[in-house]
Amino acid sequence: MKFSEVNKPVKRVDAYEKVTGKAKFGADLFFPNMLYGKALHSKYPHAQIIKINTEKALTYPGVKAIITAEDIPNNKFGVIIQNQQVLAQEEVLYIGDGIAVVAAETKEAASEAIKLIEVEYKELPGIFDPEEAAKKDAPLIHSELEDNQVVHHRVRKGDVEKAFTQAEVILEREYTTQFVEHSYIEPEAIIAVPYEHNSLVTIYGSIQNPFSCRNAVANVLKVPLNKVRIIQNHMGGSFGGKDEVISSMAARAAVLALKTNQPVKMVNTREESILESYKRHPYKMKYKVGATKEGKLVAMEIKCIADSGAYACQTPFVTWRSVVQATGPYELPSVKTDTYGYYTNNIYTGAMRGYGSPQIVFAQESLMDELADELKMTPLELRLKNIYHNNSITASGQKLDNHQVSLEEVIAKAVKASNYIEKYIEYNKSQLGDKKRGIGMAVSFRGCSLGAEATDAAGAIVAIQRDGSILISSGLAENGEGLKTVFSQIAAEELGVDIKRINYMEVDTSVSPESGATVASRSTLLGGNAVKNAAQQIKRTITEMIADKFKVKSGDLVLRNENIYNKNNNQKIMSFDDAVDLANKLGVFLSAYGWYKAPDISWDEETGQGRPYFTYVYGCQIAEVEVDTATGQIEVLKMVAAHDVGRAINPVTLKGQIYGGIMMALGYGIMEEVEIASGYIKNTNFDEYLIPTIKDMPEIIPIIVENPDPHGPYGAKSIGEPTLELGAPAIANAVAQATGRRIRHLPLNLERVLLGHSLSKGGTKNDIL
Amino acid sequence: MTKLIIELTINGKKKKVETTPSTRLLDLIRDDLHLTGTKEGCGKGECGACTVIMNGELVASCLVLAPQADGAVITTIEGVGDDKGLDPVQEAFIESGAIQCGFCTPGMILAAKKMLEENLHPTEEEIKRGISGNLCRCTGYQKIFDAIRLAADRLSSRDGGRGEEDA
Repeated sequence: MKFSEVNKPVKRVDAYEKVTGKAKFGADLFFPNMLYGKALHSKYPHAQIIKINTEKALTYPGVKAIITAEDIPNNKFGVIIQNQQVLAQEEVLYIGDGIAVVAAETKEAASEAIKLIEVEYKELPGIFDPEEAAKKDAPLIHSELEDNQVVHHRVRKGDVEKAFTQAEVILEREYTTQFVEHSYIEPEAIIAVPYEHNSLVTIYGSIQNPFSCRNAVANVLKVPLNKVRIIQNHMGGSFGGKDEVISSMAARAAVLALKTNQPVKMVNTREESILESYKRHPYKMKYKVGATKEGKLVAMEIKCIADSGAYACQTPFVTWRSVVQATGPYELPSVKTDTYGYYTNNIYTGAMRGYGSPQIVFAQESLMDELADELKMTPLELRLKNIYHNNSITASGQKLDNHQVSLEEVIAKAVKASNYIEKYIEYNKSQLGDKKRGIGMAVSFRGCSLGAEATDAAGAIVAIQRDGSILISSGLAENGEGLKTVFSQIAAEELGVDIKRINYMEVDTSVSPESGATVASRSTLLGGNAVKNAAQQIKRTITEMIADKFKVKSGDLVLRNENIYNKNNNQKIMSFDDAVDLANKLGVFLSAYGWYKAPDISWDEETGQGRPYFTYVYGCQIAEVEVDTATGQIEVLKMVAAHDVGRAINPVTLKGQIYGGIMMALGYGIMEEVEIASGYIKNTNFDEYLIPTIKDMPEIIPIIVENPDPHGPYGAKSIGEPTLELGAPAIANAVAQATGRRIRHLPLNLERVLLGHSLSKGGTKNDIL
Repeated sequence: MTKLIIELTINGKKKKVETTPSTRLLDLIRDDLHLTGTKEGCGKGECGACTVIMNGELVASCLVLAPQADGAVITTIEGVGDDKGLDPVQEAFIESGAIQCGFCTPGMILAAKKMLEENLHPTEEEIKRGISGNLCRCTGYQKIFDAIRLAADRLSSRDGGRGEEDA
């Protein structure tokens, strides 16, 4: 298939404003009479609030208003379960809970005033371990609930007990992962403007999901959705992170803006951001696998416990993705999987790129290497004996029959590009000196888009202006990944015009069609189809208009290279501009709403059987490392990443996703951990919470594999999250080969590699079994 | 609070600004001069988002107090490139696809520009060192690296055609 705009390395449509500093991010906006908001956070991870006295603070020069939970019309919100407090009412449940928010004429006044707010607490004992929270007699984190369980998901397939009796080799292992911070470089920023353009309140800022933010703010204010308008700005990274924390900030700012009748701007410092914003879930994972001596898997039993922290947030859906994908892409006749989420008084956990997959992929891919060792087989052989192919049946009983199951292809390509087979043999030989090398692989399958979590549909508006320039608006928001560029390419492709004609508008919830959120690596697939649908409607309008006038068949007309041609004789009928002029004269409407609803899916919550996702992507990453066994230092030398994306709409932005995902996975694998001791967060800025710099960057070889999917626009599927879920286990497997020791706990920091246990909180000598 | 007036040349323009002894240069640039291309990411000199060039040196403007900038010559991202066009580093960032969310981009471009002003033939290690103080969470750095390499190649070939590869 030949394309003119898609499948090409088109330059980003937002590049110019970003290289010149003209791009406006949330904190860059200023409004007349604007006040600055600042939140006072809790002093304890768990405490009763006896009294809040704001009198002194109110007298501080420049202070205009202070709000507490009493001032919030509806203090609870949440996307799935509405139990997150906008401001703590009777109890603080985690260290980042807000107590009060000040609005003042200057940032300094707001910062000084919060210090004058007097809060009387009664400190309460907290629960900081989800396994403690799970105990029957555990105190309740949310007193209105019967227990501390947020959710429990199951997958039941075959008879696991019986299957284990038939297994010739059985392995039982436990793996754990850590709290991780998104580390978007732009801290959260929100501005609430009252009574602007017929809306009660307009919210600007770094908002990942404008519609979920609108739901939260309208709910908190107890007003209809059409009174709250959210306009997204350029966003300095999100990775799943600017959702509930931003909704909470937006709600606080909105209440203050309405109370003062002035715009209120709130911008977090990095410390506030790390203290307040939700993290990636730490998991404890127990895996039991049974296999024949020949290496055929016969059964798997899995139990995963996720720490949800103080609130439910996205835990119900995060753990759901985990339950669907927990076995990895391996054929198994018998599976029993349970995933749980529990409330604790730790910082709450939510969406972060990968969304419940990086944890289980770390466990399952470490396990496969351990099993291969046990069976005296190479990791590659064991995987090839068990991976999914076309028509395989997943643990959920789904037959993979509607797309190309390309695991073998991605593995073959990654193996070749990394020289895996030779290097694996070489590094298995004894290595001289302190520095030892290893090579490791990880593979995965990943359901595209939301799956059975929620209704899955998206919309877009394509509007041709009088002069032939084009506006696009969709309900999905650019998060920095290149969505505006990809959507513009799709519209240009369908209309046969140059992408320069197109201007992609920021999401405005009062104009753009509600499309769910830019999450779950769904935007190209869902939103791309919606843009395509809108552009196709306009194309039909144009061809019918011309057919009518020139007495040709509309089906014979094609739009390409800025012109309309008769495809039978390749003759140009008119230019695109002339067609727009004609439409103007005839009064033909050249705008359209596009809509795309994902194919049907199903899920039985009791058995975990059904069709949880309508299609999947497949990936394989291979890591080559060098470990200094004298210091514990890991250097990742090379990462090869082969991903089947269906179709690359833009190979350059796509590779950006691969590079970025790999570096984030590298951080997850060997350096990042939000250190939490009894609910207190110890590392609250980038001097202590270390993320990879360019000096940590290995050689990265991205391999794009294209097996077009019948459902995707031009066959395109997903890339954002798959790139992140494989790196840590691939590195862990490489480190195990290099050192001969298996580390089952992330991150693989210096102490764990050198001493076998972590020196920071949570690490024990039992880290290595 | 004590007020004082400082004078500085920013992006080629002389400015007199009223400020306080404790105001950070970053806040003066963003809040008083409304040059919001300079970003705040950490407030601790760790992330490089607030990078500007002051008196020929790269500085984290969150760590400089406004009075320290009295009499200084400062370049922010708004001063890179001109009416005629973009700076070669900016162009290379666009062409290499080195931009994703764009929040680190101004600091990255200034750091890259400064490095290339001093060394038109940076090695791989020198490029990495040149932007090792700038964090990026989106790109994985690879395309930023590629962009700097591209800009270096172009600038060095303009610079009398020496342009030898020394990566």
